[in-house]
Amino acid sequence: MSEQIEQRGPQLSRRGLLRAGVLAGGGLALTASLPMVARAAVTGAGAAVQPATLNAYVTIGADNIITIAAKNPEVGQGIKTMLPMLIAEEMDADWDMVRIEQAEFNPAKYGMQLAGGSFSTPMNWIPMRQVGAATRAMLVQAAALRWGVPVAGLKAEKGKIVEISSGRSLSFGDVAADAALVPVPDLASVPLKADKDFTIIGRSIAGIDSQRIVEGKPIFGVDTMLPGMRYAAFERAPIFGAKLVSANLDAARAVPGVEDVFVLEGGDNPELLVDGVAIIAKNWWIANKAREQLEIEWDGGQWASHSTAGYDAKAQELFGQAPTSDIAVSGDVDAAFAAAAKVVEADYSYPFLAHVPMEPQNCTSLLREDGVMEMWAPTQMPQAGHGGVCQQLGLAPEKVVVHITRMGGGFGRRLTNDFMVQSAAIAAKKPGVPIQLIWSRQDDLRSDFYRPGGYHRLRAALDESGKLTGFDGHFVTFSTGGKVNFNAAMGGKEFPIHFLDNLRYRQSAIDTRVPMGSLRAPQSNALSFVQQSFLDEVAREQGRDLPALMLELLASRDEFPEENGFLGKQPGFSPKRATAVIEKALQMGGWEGRTDGNRRAKGFGFYFSHLGYFAEVVEASVDARGQVSVHNVWAAGDVGRHIINPFGAMNQVEGAIIDGIGQALALAVQIESGAVVQSNFHDYPIPRIPATPQIEVEFIKSDNDPTGLGEPALPPVIPALTNAIFAATGKRIRSLPIDKAQLV
Amino acid sequence: MAYQVRINGELRELDVPEDMPLLWAIRNEIGLLGTKFGCGMGLCGACTVHVDGVAQRSCSLPVGSIGTAEVTTIEGLGDTEIGRALQQVWVEEDVMQCGYCQAGQLMNASALLKRNPAPNARQIDAAMSGNICRCACYTRIRDAIAQVADKGAKANV
Ligand code: FES
Ligand code: FES
Repeated sequence: MSEQIEQRGPQLSRRGLLRAGVLAGGGLALTASLPMVARAAVTGAGAAVQPATLNAYVTIGADNIITIAAKNPEVGQGIKTMLPMLIAEEMDADWDMVRIEQAEFNPAKYGMQLAGGSFSTPMNWIPMRQVGAATRAMLVQAAALRWGVPVAGLKAEKGKIVEISSGRSLSFGDVAADAALVPVPDLASVPLKADKDFTIIGRSIAGIDSQRIVEGKPIFGVDTMLPGMRYAAFERAPIFGAKLVSANLDAARAVPGVEDVFVLEGGDNPELLVDGVAIIAKNWWIANKAREQLEIEWDGGQWASHSTAGYDAKAQELFGQAPTSDIAVSGDVDAAFAAAAKVVEADYSYPFLAHVPMEPQNCTSLLREDGVMEMWAPTQMPQAGHGGVCQQLGLAPEKVVVHITRMGGGFGRRLTNDFMVQSAAIAAKKPGVPIQLIWSRQDDLRSDFYRPGGYHRLRAALDESGKLTGFDGHFVTFSTGGKVNFNAAMGGKEFPIHFLDNLRYRQSAIDTRVPMGSLRAPQSNALSFVQQSFLDEVAREQGRDLPALMLELLASRDEFPEENGFLGKQPGFSPKRATAVIEKALQMGGWEGRTDGNRRAKGFGFYFSHLGYFAEVVEASVDARGQVSVHNVWAAGDVGRHIINPFGAMNQVEGAIIDGIGQALALAVQIESGAVVQSNFHDYPIPRIPATPQIEVEFIKSDNDPTGLGEPALPPVIPALTNAIFAATGKRIRSLPIDKAQLV
Repeated sequence: MAYQVRINGELRELDVPEDMPLLWAIRNEIGLLGTKFGCGMGLCGACTVHVDGVAQRSCSLPVGSIGTAEVTTIEGLGDTEIGRALQQVWVEEDVMQCGYCQAGQLMNASALLKRNPAPNARQIDAAMSGNICRCACYTRIRDAIAQVADKGAKANV
């Protein structure tokens, strides 16, 4: 491209511009191929820095309207607004002129398109700004060529290129067409703005789709409507891992309005297609209701006997046996316990949980005449869904086209794309007919990839002076075919690992067919409760409080070195940042003046997850019937030096806090006879408005690159609540959800 | 069965079983997609519409029971002053996260303000407790309703 421009010289020919492809509206798509950007795409844990090809983020019309493509799926985390803010900032765009469009699914163009793990911010903070800065440079260059002046005398400012000496200006729209022909600068070396010059980053900007949402415009996956579209319901085995033995479809076929009923034969992997029966009708309610007429015989095999009670009993049995693997071992733990003046012992447990995003799983698919499976999918990870569909149906990658739709929540559920595979498998049987698969809420609750339950037997050794000298943990978790799923695992860095000389955390696993997946703050959402509650027990045994113990332990170690993680090189754990948020939360929550015991009290919790540091103080009361009310939550967080969009940030933190409180107070998925018991919001009671506490949030802006906020505010609130309940009642919550009867 | 139902001021023809919930007639037959399916059992409020001005859950309301009543969906919310005021504050205060529950929240909030233009915090909580927001935008839903009520009260002084 650079050769091209040199040949043409500083005066761009008008015809050359026209050839470059002026849009119908007179504007020009900046479809420049921006070179590889480091850090943009990472494919898995430990993966090294990988390149991603970027282009086509920005279109500028002659009317100065800037259309920016938002690469990642929007699930309610505000990313569709936030990533374009980064581009617009570096472009020096006028935000009022910015329109945002969901990017198509195209990993070759956009790299990793993912909504999960609080990764979008750290993965895109620099690359999106580079795209913006490169775009700005091209616009400036185009203006320089137009005026025949050097670039150095020009600046971009709120949608204009201004000549500093004369004050004359050209709007972005004026030069957009020229800019599209300018060589693309090297993204890695394009200069970025200084923080002090930010005018968009740090501004509270409302969600870009909000107006359309309040008007009820079709915008979610389930709002997809295509000519001639039909609806599908899918009946799968209630028992995980069960196989379909026989099915009588006649009665369902006879239901008025039902157009087709057929069996789909699946396999063992719940992320792909499992056995089931699809019902097609013109109206989803008819299709779904016809399920009552199905007569299906399932074979649940050995899994039919599985139950929560059985898992509980098995965990007790495993506690009595030697653990099967080590999570972390250091020092001489046995000697520490042999020498202990006092030993604190406790068992902790937590249940399986479901995600229940507000929009039930759905996906619309059409097998086109050209053999392409075209899909409209509310997915947090289109790449995985696309792959799953290709694999299930044996289609070449280019034969599956996925449109990313807005999602009515995800919380990690839509990282797994079984509903996409199901939808495509159904549509494959009805070529030419677009079919929208919708799950009922019961389907959603009973066919989830659940947050795994878990059990911990913990012991802490204290010496004469009360000092914590040893720690011994046995974690009983869940495995599938002998493999412990990431979400059921515990990392070797779980606090206080690395903070005690004599520490041992070991593991055993119960094998299950219950599918497991990531729920907002995976691992952390359960481990925080165990760790921070048990340390509260230890601190009280020492005659002090948890923050005092935490601050002492944190002060005993230096900053951790950079490490290789999901994001490539990422900062290691910082005891300094942890200390700062703890001190801040204590101050916000009036920790000094707190009192225990009058059935209303404050509790504390700290947790580091997804690169974010959060300390929280909860004030709760317990009435005579054991009913818990949460009155106040004070949260201090550190996710780096910028809160890119304070509106979105507050929404994420408040949502995470209420989510965590709701889990602790009431939520559990139970298994009986190999199937999930819960079926809807009556027995899976998501928190409602009256349960909402006052929430105060402050961010410490430490000198670190910004990181994500979808998850890290959740984990600490759970132990902060259970520790508050202990302070209020003297009753220690060691099992979730909180059992009211225990608090009477 | 053939029905004529008045939705957002327009008479719509429906040919559906009489026990089909209004929700599925609105969404799949008429193609008005703003009203949302969340639970299908009257538990979440995502499907809230107005029937003669009263908030009702359309997932649990058979088409055969509507008769000549006037149905208003989220698409018709902007036709009223309260509705517009709520929509405006909802956007300004960035109430929503995923937004999926918000049609139901807005329909319920507007019905509340219609019968009680100045609800206190407790009344807001009580009236809105049937609407689940899985993203838990509750502090903002509360504040936004209070703000509209407050503006209304000031306008009437
Ligand atoms: S869908 Fe009607 S109340 Fe939930
Ligand atoms: S905004 Fe997501 S459910 Fe309410």
